[in-house]
Amino acid sequence: MALVFIPSLMQKLSNGEQRVSVEGNNVRQVIDNLDEIFPGFKERLVEDGRVKPNIAVAIDGEITPLGMIEKVSTDSEVHFLPAISGGV
Amino acid sequence: MPGKTYVQTTINGEHVDFLCEPRQSLLECLRDEIGLTGTKEGCNDGNCGACTVNIDGRIVTSCLVLGVEAEGANIETIEGVADGSNLHPLQLAFLENAALQCGICTPGFIISSKALLEQNPNPTEHEIRFWLANNLCRCTGYDKIVRAVQDAAKRLQEA
Amino acid sequence: MTTADYERNMVLATDTDYKVIGTRPVRHDGADKVTGRAIYGADFDAAGLLHGKILRSPHAHAKIVSIDTSKAEKLDGVKAVVTSKDFPEVGNQWLKDNILASDKALYVGQAIVGVAASNPHVAESALGLIDVEYEVLTPVLTTQEAMATNASILHDSLTTEELGKDTGVVSNVASHTQHVKGDISKGFAEADVVVEREYNTKTVHQGYIEPHNATALWSPDGRLHVWCSTQGSFVVRDSLAELLDMPVSMVRVTPTEIGGGFGGKIPIYLEPVAALLSRKTGAPVKIVMSRKETFEASGPTPGSQIKIKIGAKHDGTITAAYAWMAMEAGAYPGSPVGAAVQCVFSTYDVENSTIDGFDVVVNKPKTAAYRAPGAPNAAFGAEQAINELAEKLGMDPIELRLKNVATEGTRRPDGPVFGRIGAKEVLEAMRDHPHYQSAKAEGTGRGISIGFWFNIGFDSACNIAVNKDGSVNLTEGSTDIGGSRTSIAMHAAEVLGIPVEDVRPSVVDTDTIGFTAVTGGSRTTFATGWAAYEAAQDVKKQCIDRAAIIWDVDANNLQMEDGVISSQSDSELKMTFKELAEQLSDTGGGISGSASVNPSGVGGSFAGNIADVSVDPDTGKTTVERFTCVQDVGKAIHPSYVEGQMQGGSVQGIGWALNEEYFMNDEGTMTNSSLLDYRMPTSLDLPMIDTVIVEVANPGHPFGVRGVGEANIVPPTPALANAIYDATGKRMTSLPMSPGAIQSADAE
Repeated sequence: MALVFIPSLMQKLSNGEQRVSVEGNNVRQVIDNLDEIFPGFKERLVEDGRVKPNIAVAIDGEITPLGMIEKVSTDSEVHFLPAISGGV
Repeated sequence: MPGKTYVQTTINGEHVDFLCEPRQSLLECLRDEIGLTGTKEGCNDGNCGACTVNIDGRIVTSCLVLGVEAEGANIETIEGVADGSNLHPLQLAFLENAALQCGICTPGFIISSKALLEQNPNPTEHEIRFWLANNLCRCTGYDKIVRAVQDAAKRLQEA
Repeated sequence: MTTADYERNMVLATDTDYKVIGTRPVRHDGADKVTGRAIYGADFDAAGLLHGKILRSPHAHAKIVSIDTSKAEKLDGVKAVVTSKDFPEVGNQWLKDNILASDKALYVGQAIVGVAASNPHVAESALGLIDVEYEVLTPVLTTQEAMATNASILHDSLTTEELGKDTGVVSNVASHTQHVKGDISKGFAEADVVVEREYNTKTVHQGYIEPHNATALWSPDGRLHVWCSTQGSFVVRDSLAELLDMPVSMVRVTPTEIGGGFGGKIPIYLEPVAALLSRKTGAPVKIVMSRKETFEASGPTPGSQIKIKIGAKHDGTITAAYAWMAMEAGAYPGSPVGAAVQCVFSTYDVENSTIDGFDVVVNKPKTAAYRAPGAPNAAFGAEQAINELAEKLGMDPIELRLKNVATEGTRRPDGPVFGRIGAKEVLEAMRDHPHYQSAKAEGTGRGISIGFWFNIGFDSACNIAVNKDGSVNLTEGSTDIGGSRTSIAMHAAEVLGIPVEDVRPSVVDTDTIGFTAVTGGSRTTFATGWAAYEAAQDVKKQCIDRAAIIWDVDANNLQMEDGVISSQSDSELKMTFKELAEQLSDTGGGISGSASVNPSGVGGSFAGNIADVSVDPDTGKTTVERFTCVQDVGKAIHPSYVEGQMQGGSVQGIGWALNEEYFMNDEGTMTNSSLLDYRMPTSLDLPMIDTVIVEVANPGHPFGVRGVGEANIVPPTPALANAIYDATGKRMTSLPMSPGAIQSADAE
């Protein structure tokens, strides 16, 4: 199972859990399954079927350009981070 | 609207006449009336040096000269620095020493540096830095520009 | 050892087994740029060209009650006038308001009305005939004022966002970001020594020498063509399409040569105004900003308030780190605080850290990216705190950093784990450098620091077509601000085994190449270079297949090395790339390759400085006596251009450290909006900037490239603060460290 790191600002949704193991072969499935365990994550992360524009997903240390369709393996780490605004 | 004045000059060795309004700067005249856009505008108040041209042997910021003041003047702009298709040693030195990045300040630096080397063929680093202090470059940090001028001085002396 | 005794621009190369990569050819656009032939945005001309000017707000915070343009419209020579009402009713309102304000003016210099006329002077005269009635409100000029409980509110609809959650609280705080790792209470409890301070930085500008410009032609066939100096032609295209409610295919953007950007030429300002004016007149309309407009209405990078607390054990192990950062977004949300929180402690392997970031709107121009946006502000605090810690612990500041340095596998404060990075190698190169090993000159102080920037990947496209003389035409979409045409061409030349002079690179418009993201984020040589690498591989494969047809052999037995196609089994079969190119037309037609990429594996970059300064005891003026920049660049494609990035970033950092700031009066007007009074470094202010290129290959790129454009602006402000402290005993906690500020500071 992938290991999802719950950001401090979202840990209310996970009852204070900082790391949660979640099934899923891609980001979409991981978010769906996380939402099954702790309802509210999907609303927080997803808008119109996509990762919200102000949130970035990092898989194994790399911010993914693919969003919901990025592959996730069983030993992956998944991070939800603030997307960088202000341009880079 | 104010009337236009007829101005006769020599630019890069060629006789050039143009009409301009009294309020137009020489920079505007060069760029908009004569079509010599190699001279750049960075500030229009004499502080960045991007519009530097040589008038009668003196380097000036052309944004602070009125077009009508150029009557009878002998003007050198960046377009006149190369000898036909042969680049001037300063131009070659700027390229080979990577002394430009965006290149917008480069015409002004080359005009200023050329005047320096004509007056002082073997300037010290400090003399180069002092002379070029009215030309702002935001990309390079000046290191490679100073080296290019040193290199050009050497090339000109060897020539 | 004196400065004369060592190589002032060193390359610590990892891999030299290349033919083209690592050499220093003259750039392809060089002759045009030293002869004045290159066409920058303001140089662009078109038949029937009209000139536009913009009326701007004299108030930092005001309601716009009414706008009367009737007198201006009647002026002889005026062709059209536009206001926010000319925008379609779709699109992001804040983006539109930043281009032409609708209900409120939120900074001095905000655009209100655009005028097109037969010449710029007439347009300027017309501005004086426009009446705008304002209801002036109290301006909010700093994060402290904006975050106060009774603050004047800029946007009634703005509520604070917390990582995807709308808190519903109406505020000037647009967002709160936080990263937590471990437990800082535990970490600080374990610490033997703790340092804690607040730091402040002022608004500064990117300072590119070329002001913003745009020319637009709205053709009768409904297509809009824009020529402008931009870091991202596709960003301009997509923004115009959104704001003008048209398909992207109806907008064509041609990027002209560009006179610097540093992040500040990513946003759009003039393009939509020129477009609307062109639609009304049917003529091309050009608008060019003045320097004052460039200061007041474009860029800048934010002023900020930063609190840092770091604790360590006696042996130097950092046990806890805390950062609180509030950054000015300007009039609309979007400060770089999100990047700052990612960078502030990323150089170090710290078990317990918490980082809070706040994006705060104030009545100043909307901030834009500026070279590693946010990271220099953060480092100004964090890297002074590390030096203070070293002093308290009695440790060498580089050794303290090396003891705690992040390496491959270190979990960053924001969560993800680092891949192969070069922070340790940069610190070691600093420690071993003749500059650091030398004794300080009498009366000088020495400071060091290190900084991080994460870099980005994003989309890039490249096409390569083979000419019959064996040269290739390479087209790409990345604005070339500092020689990137050539560094991208070098990727292709290396793959094809041909001289880089045989590659003809062109930066083309949005109708002519696949989507390419901005020249920014240190991505251009990395990502567009990667696209060129892939496109060249495509060409190479087709060349091998063609040779197989010509020779009637199996392509699997053929190879192409150093520009020669040969057979592994038959040594008689040999043909150069040039020889093949000649035959293409007769053997099946031309060859062209293409690639579109969006690479991951970006690989961040670290840069460090050693700075020696002297401080005049009578005036407080700091002179930089000696300055060395060390940076991990992965692989230097063109070492001279890499050095140029390091030197340029260093000097922008030096200006930020010692001189540059927006002086704002109480009404929110910038009082130093000229290049005389906004004091950027001149050649006379500086020494040579020595460089050390460290190459820790990025495993995520075919040649090991890391982006190099940005990390180098991060360390100068703290390095100079640490040097000033060493020279004077004064700990400077605010930027800029101007003569007056140093004079009035107390020694520790």
